[in-house]
Amino acid sequence: MLETAREKILARLRGAGARLAAPDSDFGVMARKTWPAVGRYPRLRRMMEAVKAEFVEATEASWPQAVYEVVRSQGFSTLLYGPGTPAGQLLSDSWPAAEGPRLVPYNRPIEETKRQLFDEIDAGFTTTRGGIAETGGLIVWPSPEEPRLLSLVPPVHLALLYTDTISDTFWQAMRSEGWSAGLPPNALLISGPSKTADIEQTLAYGVHGPKRLIVVAVRRGANT
Amino acid sequence: MSAEGPSPAFRPAAAAALKNPQLRANFRRAMDGLMAKRAAVFADPVEWRDLRALGSAIRARTLARLPELLERLEQSCLRHGIRVRWAETTEEANAIVLEILKAHGATHVVKGKSMVSEEMHLNDFLEEHGIESLESDLGEYIIQLDGETPSHIIMPAIHKNRQQIARLFGQKIREARYTEDVDELTAIARRVLRKKFFEAEAGISGVNFAVAETGTLCLVENEGNGRMSTHVPPVHIALMGIEKVVEKLEDVPPLYSLLTRSATGQTITTYFNMITGPRGQGEKDGPTEVHLVILDNGRSRIFADTELSATLKCIRCGACMNHCPVYTRIGGHAYEAVYPGPIGKILTPQTEGVGRRHDLLEASSLCGACVEVCPVEIPIVELLVRLRREAVQGDRSSAVLQAGQGRHVLEDVTWSLWEATHRYPSLYRLMAFAATRLRRLLPSGLPVLSAWTSVRATPRPASRTLHELVRKAGVPDA
Repeated sequence: MLETAREKILARLRGAGARLAAPDSDFGVMARKTWPAVGRYPRLRRMMEAVKAEFVEATEASWPQAVYEVVRSQGFSTLLYGPGTPAGQLLSDSWPAAEGPRLVPYNRPIEETKRQLFDEIDAGFTTTRGGIAETGGLIVWPSPEEPRLLSLVPPVHLALLYTDTISDTFWQAMRSEGWSAGLPPNALLISGPSKTADIEQTLAYGVHGPKRLIVVAVRRGANT
Repeated sequence: MSAEGPSPAFRPAAAAALKNPQLRANFRRAMDGLMAKRAAVFADPVEWRDLRALGSAIRARTLARLPELLERLEQSCLRHGIRVRWAETTEEANAIVLEILKAHGATHVVKGKSMVSEEMHLNDFLEEHGIESLESDLGEYIIQLDGETPSHIIMPAIHKNRQQIARLFGQKIREARYTEDVDELTAIARRVLRKKFFEAEAGISGVNFAVAETGTLCLVENEGNGRMSTHVPPVHIALMGIEKVVEKLEDVPPLYSLLTRSATGQTITTYFNMITGPRGQGEKDGPTEVHLVILDNGRSRIFADTELSATLKCIRCGACMNHCPVYTRIGGHAYEAVYPGPIGKILTPQTEGVGRRHDLLEASSLCGACVEVCPVEIPIVELLVRLRREAVQGDRSSAVLQAGQGRHVLEDVTWSLWEATHRYPSLYRLMAFAATRLRRLLPSGLPVLSAWTSVRATPRPASRTLHELVRKAGVPDA
């Protein structure tokens, strides 16, 4: 029987690799990056605003209204959202029923909704799993309830961030939450609107992904 | 190959690039900007030292366990429904991609940026088979429109200025009106490519890191075209070289930080996309199939040498080219290779042969600027010197491709004369006498000297040798 490419490649590598040393990896430089809990959100916000993300602050009770206000005041006519999450439920429950911008559920397969997604949606709303203080950035885990393209195809991405879910660093977030034990089929860090510097290194926003990223930041608890 | 390079050899291509003031200005400007941005984000020397040591250790550990990690990566991917194929050569990899596309009847494909696909010349291959393969990264899109190859591994269209891009868009894109405004040019590309993302039957991407522990394919990008290419079409094909694997998920953040800061001076990119499977149970979007193609293309040969295997630590940040005085002056196309700059100078001769690409090994002053900024401590200068030696020494046991085939007759003769002169005292004295007495007659057109004298004053030996001067001063012969 013919040897496969796989076997041939692995055989060559096995023949050679044992002679290389595997040094210890000292992750101290990652572990020592910490910020006081109250400093994480301001830092994240500052880092993300530097790459043109926008912020709206709200409380646990007021955020659905804040989302509605953003959508209405910006003149968006449609907001796509995942109806299957608690946040999505809350949003639809408190969405003014009468006139004004329309809340559109993303609850059917892309094969049936692709045209609408590309052509008719002004903004997409997602929750986030957390954030990263060191560099700025949101941790977004798409799911059956909040599909992958919700944060990608609409020209504007609204993201709900609870400020007490912000980690110091990417490394600390994945370790403290045990990501290596199970990641969803797609997981993302998102730090701002889509951008490019491919023409003369001049920064231009909104090339292929969302042109705007609006973070709705929620401080939990009465005094924060 | 490059449209500007008149010849497939490095020297004439470099000479032509040096005479192109527009090209030199474009590169000088870009590289100065990139160096300043990088320096600003590595302002803390202790953090840089420690993070770099960690990045280097992670890559060294990966290589020490490479075959085991590749098998583990395969198992992890299979467990989550990512299909894995292996290719020894670029021809095999192309055939695998074509087979997958044909199985789905795909004729329109969108691509995220992938240097491995450049190794494969995948776009040309697919076009030959009637499949449109469209680059979706803005820089890659620009050069594809102009029939060019990337001149930089991170910023493929860095050799063009906005006027050149404005003219190109005006000529090649039907609905585009002429504009030099970067925002407008970007908007034009967005409009064209949105339609293509929508229509594409398959998406192709590279891989920045593939995690053996979890079977996760990580993609680093700013534009969103990588996410579009991997998540909108129903099929996603990811291409990676065998060295792209890392052992653990926690190995990724330090490498990611080193990559973006070294490449463009960003502390984080807009998107970090981790793919651990096709569309899952209940998911409403995402590709229904994800394929991973693992390509060797000469890497296992590089791996066979314990010293040269350090070449495979590379995370493709491009910092070495941004800081290279040679690259900055001649640009990426002059190298006539997929990977230009310092990393290309050590990689290309190993994959194409140190005989065939001896020219690249010589294209360095060994100044070491690349070594200083390499985030994973690849000793590029030492490897260049080693490869220069391999190119001229015909050691049959060497694993290096075309070892000993980089010799030049003129160099051989020159070194033989040099050796003889230093072996026989009478010959040495004769040569020294001739050089000092006939010094003004030294022919500057001598082939061995012309490379130097064509752009510099001809060196003039002193009128008396040191021996003579010292003896005249009364110092007796030892």
